Amino acid sequence: MKKVVIHPITRIEGHLKVEAMVENGIVKDANMSGTMFRGIEMMLRGRDPRDAVLITQRICGVCPEPHAAASVAAVDDYAGLTGSIPENGILLRNLILGTRSVCDHILHFYILCGLDFVDPAKVIDYTGDNKDLITLRQFLQNGYSKPFLPRDEMDYRFDDATTQVVVGHYIKAMEIYRKAQEAATLFGGKWPHDAAIVAGGVTEQPTADKMVEFIWRLEEIVDFVDNIYLPDVLAVARTYTDYLEMGKGCQKLLAYDAFRTKTNGSYDGSLFKGGLVTDIDKYSELDVSKITEDVAHSLFKESEPLYPGEGRTEPDPEKAGGYSWIKSPRYNGEVFEVGPLASVLSTYLGKKDPLFTELVDSSLSQLGGTVENMYSVAGRHLARALSAKIMAGQLLGWAQDVKIGEPTTVEYHPPEEGRGMGLTAAPRGALGHWLDVKDGRIYNYQVITPTAWNASPKDSKGQPGPYEQALIGLKVSDSQAPIEILRTIRSFDPCTACAVHLVTPRGDLLGKYKAVL
Amino acid sequence: MNSNKSTTIPVISIQGQNCTGCVTSTLCSEYPSIKNVLLQDVVPGFKLDFVFHPNIMTASGNLAMEILEEAGRQKGFVLIVDGAIPTGSNGAFCVTGEKDGKRSTILDEVLELSKNAMLVIALGTCAAFGGIAAAKPNPTDAQGVGDIFLTHKIDTPLVNVPGCPPHPDWLFGTVEEVLKKGLENVELDDLKRPKTFYGKLIHENCPNRAYFDEGKFAKKLGDEGCLYELGCKGPVTYSDCPTRHWNSKANWVIGSGAPCSGCTGPDFPDFLGDFYEKIIDVDVPANERKVKVEE
Repeated sequence: MKKVVIHPITRIEGHLKVEAMVENGIVKDANMSGTMFRGIEMMLRGRDPRDAVLITQRICGVCPEPHAAASVAAVDDYAGLTGSIPENGILLRNLILGTRSVCDHILHFYILCGLDFVDPAKVIDYTGDNKDLITLRQFLQNGYSKPFLPRDEMDYRFDDATTQVVVGHYIKAMEIYRKAQEAATLFGGKWPHDAAIVAGGVTEQPTADKMVEFIWRLEEIVDFVDNIYLPDVLAVARTYTDYLEMGKGCQKLLAYDAFRTKTNGSYDGSLFKGGLVTDIDKYSELDVSKITEDVAHSLFKESEPLYPGEGRTEPDPEKAGGYSWIKSPRYNGEVFEVGPLASVLSTYLGKKDPLFTELVDSSLSQLGGTVENMYSVAGRHLARALSAKIMAGQLLGWAQDVKIGEPTTVEYHPPEEGRGMGLTAAPRGALGHWLDVKDGRIYNYQVITPTAWNASPKDSKGQPGPYEQALIGLKVSDSQAPIEILRTIRSFDPCTACAVHLVTPRGDLLGKYKAVL
Repeated sequence: MNSNKSTTIPVISIQGQNCTGCVTSTLCSEYPSIKNVLLQDVVPGFKLDFVFHPNIMTASGNLAMEILEEAGRQKGFVLIVDGAIPTGSNGAFCVTGEKDGKRSTILDEVLELSKNAMLVIALGTCAAFGGIAAAKPNPTDAQGVGDIFLTHKIDTPLVNVPGCPPHPDWLFGTVEEVLKKGLENVELDDLKRPKTFYGKLIHENCPNRAYFDEGKFAKKLGDEGCLYELGCKGPVTYSDCPTRHWNSKANWVIGSGAPCSGCTGPDFPDFLGDFYEKIIDVDVPANERKVKVEE
């Protein structure tokens, strides 16, 4: 048995390490470690509840907007404002979260994962007239190659012509990312870490010219998602066909509702429907009170699996048997994967929305696959691209529903004590914030992030987390950093700054909170 | 601008207790675009060579660690640090990599790499002053690069480019100024921030300044008027946000109707009071008297 250690895992958010035990080219066991800790939970205690919306965005600078969305939902819930947020406030929040989530998916596929599938060095022979590729060719001809080289050996499979086209998209993605962030900043104030999302609504007062600026930027973004991003993901799935089978993971999915939508005149529907998916395609409702967290192999004192509201978090960097700063969230004691795969399949199976049905079915038929193939490296990329397409497709309608000159916020008159919960779908999956206020200040604040679910270490029952399960059984090449492992881990879009357990839980069961988003 | 005669400046970018927001901000640079920065001359005649950057490099694991070691042995590179450096538990709160079974922490990396760097840029408020990572009660004893340099008596030139996040222009503008004028001619304030970007208070250039002078203060968020009473930290915060604006001038914090949270200063996120409450102990140049009268 050979031990393969990859640390750092680059082209992700944050600090992550994998240790894999490999025998005869097959991963027999794997340990994932989040290797950075800040302790934001302790920092939130004693602050004004509204400040959590700004502080928790700093958990992650790649996906701050879902933290803002979940946090502000928790603060609204505590302050009793959820039902009175003006329509403009709801729409502007949807626009900010939706636009930035699309950006995040584009960033993930091209900038973070692109180099796993295409080799920019191939552009040295480029003879076409794409300006970006000519620039890259000159760069290579002048003898430059960093940060693309050196690299470990990997099985690039596209022919040279396709490689050049996709590398061109990799460069174009940087421009689209910037433009899409600009679009969201029209309403959010700045990227990253939006300022305009506040308890009660959004501070930005939209004007007609801003809406038009948004809509024209959107046109370019939607075009990129529909005509470049999704086709490239399908091309990867068709070329790296074994990746439609590899990295299956735990094959149990969990998602929360996200994006408030209007049905029969009130905003009580949601674009993405939360729930559980088990046995490949069986949908069931979710009961948040069944979520527990386990620290058996986390670098925190205490080892009983506890409801998130009941435990204590005391860092213990040298704990025997501990190997990660990430805790192990479990549902009903079982391992669940979260992410766009969960959001898309939960909505596809649980809501039977024709928008989702058509997209999922037509993509799978193009690949000659079934729902089962979604549980794979390529399937996760596909679900993410479909999620981007679905969100991007809603933005125009939301923008047109904004009523210029109408209120965007309601006044905030907080009670001295109370609790709130905010759930949403971050680009990486189910994100929950839980707030407990005493004497007008934060008494306790809790976050369970998507990457905490996915990158979690083994629990007290010895059940490996979703990344670990996706690695066990994987056939890998003989390399010091096998690309099969990296492609599998990256397919989940790790965000470890988010994942590292953030709070000192102290309070009641999650089920006592009311879901608001 | 792609000349094969350009001077190549190696850049090593490392990350401590960060959120990667400094990087996602930088990715949104308009001019130079990130494509320009990666593939072309950042200033005619000078090419930045991104030898090591955790978010964009192809290599992972051992090979990445070898690249870092090798690059750090050469003299004359620019070291960019984002994220704070935890000093508690010997740096164990941020382990950045591992080679031959030996763990390396961000603290080890900063100490080792700053020896041969010609310039260290502390990017973002966490790297410059501790920032969010060092927020009360600072559970991991996180520090900015400057404090680490003081403790370990390191005298490598250091420039702070704070902000949560920093504006991409503040980073690339600083690099451009260093390349065009020479480091010794870049004017820094006493917190080592380039005066070009951090030379004036937000309050001095704020479009809401007239409201402040007239005493017209917004009473609730979404109202017209100066945001001073709703917690704006613009009167004590140095940056050119009011004139530069954010994300290709799409908007900026105060422009979106939100109070400035004071993110470019060493006091962020503590010591200035709650984000949505009036500043504690304000000392507003030229307007101190007026503020007192209003009260």
